[in-house]
Amino acid sequence: MSGGPRWDRRRVLRTGAAAFGGAGAGWSGSALVANGAAAAAPADGPGRVVAPSAGAETVPVVGIHQAGVDSAPQAHLALVGWRLRAGTDTIGLTRMMRLLSDDAARLTTGTAALADTEPELAAHPARLTVTFGFGPGVLRDLVPAARRPGLAELPSFGRDRLDPRWGQTDVVAQICSDDPTTLAHARRMLVKDARTFAEVAWIQAGFRTARGTVPDGTTMRNLMGQVDGTVNPVPAEPDFDPLVWAEDDRGGSGFAGGTFLVVRRIRMQLDKWDRVDRVGREVVVGRRLDTGAPLTGEREFDEPDFAATDRFGFPVIDPASHIARARSADPGERFLRRAYNYTEPEPGRSGGEDSGLVFLAFAADPARQFVPVQRRLDELDRLNDWVVTIGSAVYAVPPAAPPGGYVGQQLLEGTGTTQGGDT
Amino acid sequence: MKKHLATAALAAALLPALAACGGADDDRAAPSTPSEATGSSGAGATDATGDTAADLLTVTDPWVKAAPDGMTAAFGTLTNTGPADLAVVSAVTDVAASTELHETVENEDGSMAMQPKEGGFVIPAGGSLTLQPGGDHLMLMGLTGPVEPGTALTLTLTLDDGSTATVEATVKAFDGADEQYQNGGEH
Repeated sequence: MSGGPRWDRRRVLRTGAAAFGGAGAGWSGSALVANGAAAAAPADGPGRVVAPSAGAETVPVVGIHQAGVDSAPQAHLALVGWRLRAGTDTIGLTRMMRLLSDDAARLTTGTAALADTEPELAAHPARLTVTFGFGPGVLRDLVPAARRPGLAELPSFGRDRLDPRWGQTDVVAQICSDDPTTLAHARRMLVKDARTFAEVAWIQAGFRTARGTVPDGTTMRNLMGQVDGTVNPVPAEPDFDPLVWAEDDRGGSGFAGGTFLVVRRIRMQLDKWDRVDRVGREVVVGRRLDTGAPLTGEREFDEPDFAATDRFGFPVIDPASHIARARSADPGERFLRRAYNYTEPEPGRSGGEDSGLVFLAFAADPARQFVPVQRRLDELDRLNDWVVTIGSAVYAVPPAAPPGGYVGQQLLEGTGTTQGGDT
Repeated sequence: MKKHLATAALAAALLPALAACGGADDDRAAPSTPSEATGSSGAGATDATGDTAADLLTVTDPWVKAAPDGMTAAFGTLTNTGPADLAVVSAVTDVAASTELHETVENEDGSMAMQPKEGGFVIPAGGSLTLQPGGDHLMLMGLTGPVEPGTALTLTLTLDDGSTATVEATVKAFDGADEQYQNGGEH
């Protein structure tokens, strides 16, 4: 091969980072596993770009936050929901979280878990992150009131058609990686080590565009073809922290640096969506399909002009469109979306599949930030004709593990306890 | 879920950090930090530098297979940081009536079985020996109680110079490591 333009990953990455104001996308926010993989690229042709192996990239835990919240979304998701077994008390959950935190800390750095039966599958973390959360039942039953973060189940929404199969669980792990094999291994390792204490209620698999297909930082597309997630706080913005991270220490609970996770499994009725032409699809959402720009704008990140009218005097953006209904004048009614597409084979359905969105949102206070938005959408949103929420759950996501400790320790033991039982 | 355990009961049941005992650092990003075996001073001969064999032994990632009763096994990587070979000749733990040093051997019929290791676990100078399912391991026999996942237990290793090292091993549920124990007059 000679001549012609070549795929220059670094240039693409630079472009992507520049377009998003250095909002944490790209290589800079992460580290590499020192396993020599970066230097192992064969020189199989002139001009080949030697980039660090995407498999060697890691996402370190920084500061007081668990990784996987403000981290750039990886390509693949396995969201595991566990129900604690009848005999699992606070001590049992403590043991479980010690084991799972240790697994996560090793695997996310490209190290095999303790007693890992497939250690080779841990060698390429590909930005693996594991983010743990506790459901309201765990907080109520196993966390003393003085340290209990304020978390209530979501209110019921009239349009929801909830299937208990995708309901609330006691513990959740959001496991994300750019590599599906790495992800499968990490998921299985965690499930094996949790098995003594908890049973898997569900695993929600999800995906985004593969790493490298589009520049890092590109807003995802959902399976309806829409650019999905344009309006999303980014870590570089000053209001990101108050929107996402819980600050209230609740009398020394140690929850500062934690957050809350809302999980909504949203089924898309794609067969029905097939009947809608492009103009209709754009009206439903209020954005162009090609660029994601609002119908009143030209570029994705242009501010929508909800007052603009067409030559007949009608609003250009339908007041019942998704973006009009989701928008709030209250800047506090925003949250961090980190959604993934899903497709499950389902021969019983007409298209042979069940597809949709594993909607994941992180917020410092879901009742204040998420619920009002969802109430408006539940009341009126043209998109509702093609989507239905079939699963719903909320979790408290504790801060990062204390040094030498495990995720959730501040809630289960308090911050004042010593690293128990030194022998 | 059982409800509201007394804080005192919880604290009493808490464990040292996973895979760590004295000397392990607190680096959150590297939990696989070797668990430095704690050598006992005063026991055993010392080499020219004053180190006992236990001082020169490092145990990395020690773990024990969970078991409700009966017997189980302990694993990990033993590293000899010294200039001369050393050997682990015996081991004890509070949770088992006896602990044996085992190797896994092939029987005449081709099946694999475990048997006590003659001369103990020899770790070459500057080298290491991995105790793992299907290979060398510590056999914990006559468990005095359940060995439960997510807990840790203390093993005391005695080296060939008489010095001892203590190791905190993490207990994990593990489906393998069910090798047949070759007992009695079989060997």
